[in-house]
Amino acid sequence: MSSELRYTANTQLEHLHARYTGTGHADLTKYEWLTHQHRDTLSSIVGHPPLLSYLAIADGEAVGRVKFEMTERMLQPCGPPPAKEE
Amino acid sequence: MHLYNLTLQPPTAITHAVAGNFSGSRQQEIVVSRGTRLELLRPDPQSGKIFTVVASDVFGSIRSLAAFRLTGGTKDYAIVGSDSGRIVILEYEPKTSSFTKVHQETFGKSGARRIVPGQYLATDPKGRSVMIAAVEKAKLVYILNRDAAANLTISSPLEAHKNNAIIHHIVGLDVGFDNPMFAALEVDNSESDQDPTGEAFNNAEKMLTYYELDLGLNHVVRKWSEPTDPRANLLVQVPGGQLAASDRYDGPSGVLVCCEDHIIYRHMDAPQHRVPIPRRRHPLQDADRGLIITAAVMHKMKGAFFFLLQSEEGDLYKVTIDHEEQDVKALKIKYFDTVPVASSLCILKSGFLFVASEFGNHYLYQFQKLGDDDFEPEFSSASYPSFGMADPSIPLPPVYFRPRALDNLTLVDEMESLSPVVDSKVMNLLPNSDTPQIFTACGRGPRSSFRMLRHGLDVEEVVSSDLPGIPNAVWTTKLKEDDPYDSYIILSFVNGTLVLCIGETIEEVQDTGFLSSAPTLAVQQIGADALLQVHPHGIRHVLADKRVNEWRVPQGKTIVCATTNKRQVVVALSSAELVYFELDLDGQLNEYQDRKAMGSTVLALSIAEVPEGRQRTPYLAVGCEDQTVRIISLDPESTLDTISLQALTAPPSAICIADMLDAGINKTQQTTFVNIGLQNGVLLRTVLDPINGQLTDTRTRFLGTRPIKLIRVLVQRNPGILALSSRPWLNYTHQNLMHFTPLIFENLDYAWSFSAELCPEGLIGISGSVLRIFHIPKLGTKLKQDAIPLLYTPRKFIPHPTNSLLYMIEGDHRVMGEDAAARKLDELRQKGREIDDEVVQLPPELFGRPKAPAGTWASCIRIINPVDAKTVNVIHLDNNEMAFSLAVVPFAARGGELHLVVGTAQDTFLTPRSCTSGFLRTYRFSDDGQNLELLHKTETNDVPLAVMAFQGKLVAGVGKSLRIYDMGKKKLLRKVENKTFSAAIVALHTQGSHIYVGDMQESVFYAVYKAPENRLLVFADDTQPRWITAMTMIDYNTVAAADRFGNVFVNRLDPKVSEQVDDDPTGAGILHEKSILFGAPHKTSMLAHFHVGDLITSINKVALVAGGREVLLYTGLHGTIGILMPFVSKEDVDFISTLEQHMRTEQLSLVGRDHLTWRGYYVPVKAVVDGDLCETFARLPASKQSAIAGELDRTVGEVLKKLEQLRVTASGF
Repeated sequence: MSSELRYTANTQLEHLHARYTGTGHADLTKYEWLTHQHRDTLSSIVGHPPLLSYLAIADGEAVGRVKFEMTERMLQPCGPPPAKEE
Repeated sequence: MHLYNLTLQPPTAITHAVAGNFSGSRQQEIVVSRGTRLELLRPDPQSGKIFTVVASDVFGSIRSLAAFRLTGGTKDYAIVGSDSGRIVILEYEPKTSSFTKVHQETFGKSGARRIVPGQYLATDPKGRSVMIAAVEKAKLVYILNRDAAANLTISSPLEAHKNNAIIHHIVGLDVGFDNPMFAALEVDNSESDQDPTGEAFNNAEKMLTYYELDLGLNHVVRKWSEPTDPRANLLVQVPGGQLAASDRYDGPSGVLVCCEDHIIYRHMDAPQHRVPIPRRRHPLQDADRGLIITAAVMHKMKGAFFFLLQSEEGDLYKVTIDHEEQDVKALKIKYFDTVPVASSLCILKSGFLFVASEFGNHYLYQFQKLGDDDFEPEFSSASYPSFGMADPSIPLPPVYFRPRALDNLTLVDEMESLSPVVDSKVMNLLPNSDTPQIFTACGRGPRSSFRMLRHGLDVEEVVSSDLPGIPNAVWTTKLKEDDPYDSYIILSFVNGTLVLCIGETIEEVQDTGFLSSAPTLAVQQIGADALLQVHPHGIRHVLADKRVNEWRVPQGKTIVCATTNKRQVVVALSSAELVYFELDLDGQLNEYQDRKAMGSTVLALSIAEVPEGRQRTPYLAVGCEDQTVRIISLDPESTLDTISLQALTAPPSAICIADMLDAGINKTQQTTFVNIGLQNGVLLRTVLDPINGQLTDTRTRFLGTRPIKLIRVLVQRNPGILALSSRPWLNYTHQNLMHFTPLIFENLDYAWSFSAELCPEGLIGISGSVLRIFHIPKLGTKLKQDAIPLLYTPRKFIPHPTNSLLYMIEGDHRVMGEDAAARKLDELRQKGREIDDEVVQLPPELFGRPKAPAGTWASCIRIINPVDAKTVNVIHLDNNEMAFSLAVVPFAARGGELHLVVGTAQDTFLTPRSCTSGFLRTYRFSDDGQNLELLHKTETNDVPLAVMAFQGKLVAGVGKSLRIYDMGKKKLLRKVENKTFSAAIVALHTQGSHIYVGDMQESVFYAVYKAPENRLLVFADDTQPRWITAMTMIDYNTVAAADRFGNVFVNRLDPKVSEQVDDDPTGAGILHEKSILFGAPHKTSMLAHFHVGDLITSINKVALVAGGREVLLYTGLHGTIGILMPFVSKEDVDFISTLEQHMRTEQLSLVGRDHLTWRGYYVPVKAVVDGDLCETFARLPASKQSAIAGELDRTVGEVLKKLEQLRVTASGF
């Protein structure tokens, strides 16, 4: 593979990553991966009405409240990112 | 194994509802989504009742719903956002009474994904465009327009994506005819994802962003973006734009941003207005808890508008905006009324409010007033500095209101909903019932109920009165053809006839012209204004002026049976002859010159009603003692010729010809059915070919143990048939399809239609010497419900093995128990706090209970007598304990005496699961099981989520460990433990020494108890993780289970393995076997897998029909009740799966979801045929039906018969 080709391949990959949020790559950290997992899960709960009702019944909250708290939690589901090592 | 899935009752929860003029008429309708179904509801403004017009399974999961109307149009369209990766625009066609897809545009992958739109929908109020958004990043805008032929068009999508933005809500702004604008509530996560200090997270701003669709440039631009309250959750459209006629503005435009504790009015370049959300002043209320708005609706009237916002506690607030042209002067909020917490609210122009409850029954309210001139305090933004926005980060001081009974609204109708079904059992507990009942624990919180469901139509009795003797038949008749109501009730006794007149009261009348000294065989209003009575010795034709023309039977003979319609009369004589009469144009009844000798005693006769615009009906059906039914011509060309003959298996007892609509057979015209009731209780239904008089397409059904009587009746102005055997059945047409359902009513000896002013569509029947007038309020509902209210959310219930009582555990999180609440109130009183008793004593079933902090629980054990539908006893749990599991255990150590063991936990937190201590409470039954006596409590270290009796001991799943306990004096004694489970044990089953263990995350484990060595060993498990919610054992090696994502599956272990395990006396073999995949040494294989679309909460293995095969009956959280039935023959499997394949290509989902991927949502569907899809065959157009039937080498009738047979033999439904 020529360097030029590799270059275009990478931009395509980058483009795809930008387009499909949550797609993994070789340098993905554990924190990023986990955050993506949690966000996917949370959005799936919000997107499946029976699951949302199930959690609302267990927790004794209104469905609307559970939906709101789940969406809120998507902002940072796994706490702050680990400090970057210099 | 191959299974056939059939939904007996579709989900009853409503997740979304939108109002609009979907049929294009003036009347408003409501389109509701029931998760996987779309329904059109029509509230009748006169009676205030809601009817379901059409219901359609979409084979997909509906996530959002919106309605829009093109400018100048009169008809609303529905837009559906689903998990299909497509946007779909639906139109309701009143002609065919169905939804049709107008447009379907694909934009992404299927499935409810994070960045694939479908979660949110917002439409431009002028119907020019729609925005569809995902939970994160993606937003697409479609332009809607008309083409030259006035058809709706949709553009290609315009992107309004914003990377790293979590979307909370979107709404269309009302901007009149300016460029369409949408508002979105977004949070950017890019900075907080990068900041390890957490500061960016704490400072993350929630942005209110306006997106403008530039119609000229065909482009979406981010017009405006400003931070708003960080706890905002909902946007509501505020009217705006100018009226076409004048220059006046409809409203100020902009949005209401609903936040925790506040409502903010917001618009571009305009000052903000903020008001607090009034709270209940309840002494037990958690003061730190915020209050959010969960449902909202805006209503526009002439020159004014208002909002109804509903808080998560169910309180409705009326919000109004004072404005001068486009300038907002004040935002005002006041308490309106309290209704159940809704998933959607709809206001109809006819003055109704539809509340689609998130749990429990749905309600229709009527507005009495709009809360304008009451004494409810109103809070205005104008009374705060800078309209409440002096410092947006500081909350406004809280304001309070006092909740009260409904004042502005009155309840007019209720739609029953089982949702959520938490647990169920199928048992036959009722005396004199041959089919089992489904007992369900439904609902949430104080609105919960325990319901008994019986298959059948609910019957409402209007009048019942005792008669002097025992009549054997009853009729009603009008006096003239065009009378609206019936005038006479005619009762036939063994030796006479009684005529009653229906007026203000029902009284006997004498001078009717009817013969009262003989029994009656038939009564008919004949011609324009005459009456007809058939008695054993003749026929009396009573003219309007009370003159009587009588035809007498020849000497020595009597009439044995008769059939009549408006123009024709046929009687059968004891000499096995038929005599035929027809009304001529002068209103004279003329006998046909010949009599027809049948050769065998006639047992039953029937002719259909005279078809519209015809002189006569051409066919007569005659049932004879020689076990035949003959079709005889009444055509003038071939009068009394025999046309066709059908042999029967038993002598007939009744025949009824009726013209009914069944869209499965003929979409446009009524089909003539010949129903033949046999003396052995079997009903045959055949189709009479109108051209050649042949009988085809025979279907049989067993109705009961007594000879059948058949009566043609009117059901909601359509013909129906009442079939009476050991229980009454009704055959009727509903939503164009034919249904056959038992009536839940006393056994009737005879019945007839009844129509009077008070009861226009009733039925009249006799049972013994009692005359009953009744009507059927809700057609189409096949399950009758009887409910007992409960205190808290039911969790589980079990039957007692000998007495027919049920034991149920209930409990609620974030609710204080009665004792704890009373203690807290006393404490507050002692501290000198003033307690508003009125607020404390508000009935919780209407107002809910005050929310307590997490970790607070209220729980009780309830003893129910299901036969009398009564609560026998309630035992409250104290010390913040919550009951999670229960079992009836015959402890061998106590000589097999039955004990009730309830697994509870104190101070439980849900995530992560923790408790200060779990307990196994052991109760002894007293007073025949009507009371419980606590013997002892055994502490456990985790929550006991499952308990079960096992070989005279108790098996408990305590958190991650499985333990066996034996009875002791002070405590239960732990015998053995196995701690290899991964998450938490939630379900247990047993047979022999096997224990089947359902784990919260890791599917089903097979364990065995080896008594000699006292070992509890896991010998087999599943290869896949499964979040088990329900499990049952099918046989020794097979379990059926369901997971949290709506899947149901069957796992089987190789029988050789379980034999091997059973042969090993010590279990040493299992202990030393090598584990596979870090688990047990053996693995189960999956036999069947199916995605139901509703979260399954219980599975029962049960036979639903007396003598029928066992099926798996499951209940879903949203109210689904369905069955999985095993096929008996390979031929059936081949036939039905081929039909399913054809249906998949024909029946395209209304939301554009591919059926195969929907049923294989998480795991490819395996060995299960979707009966719901197959049954839509009846709704296909005739050409497609015959094409598919041709491919299957069958006729359409045979396919339909097969489908019906599958349904009837498995479920009796």
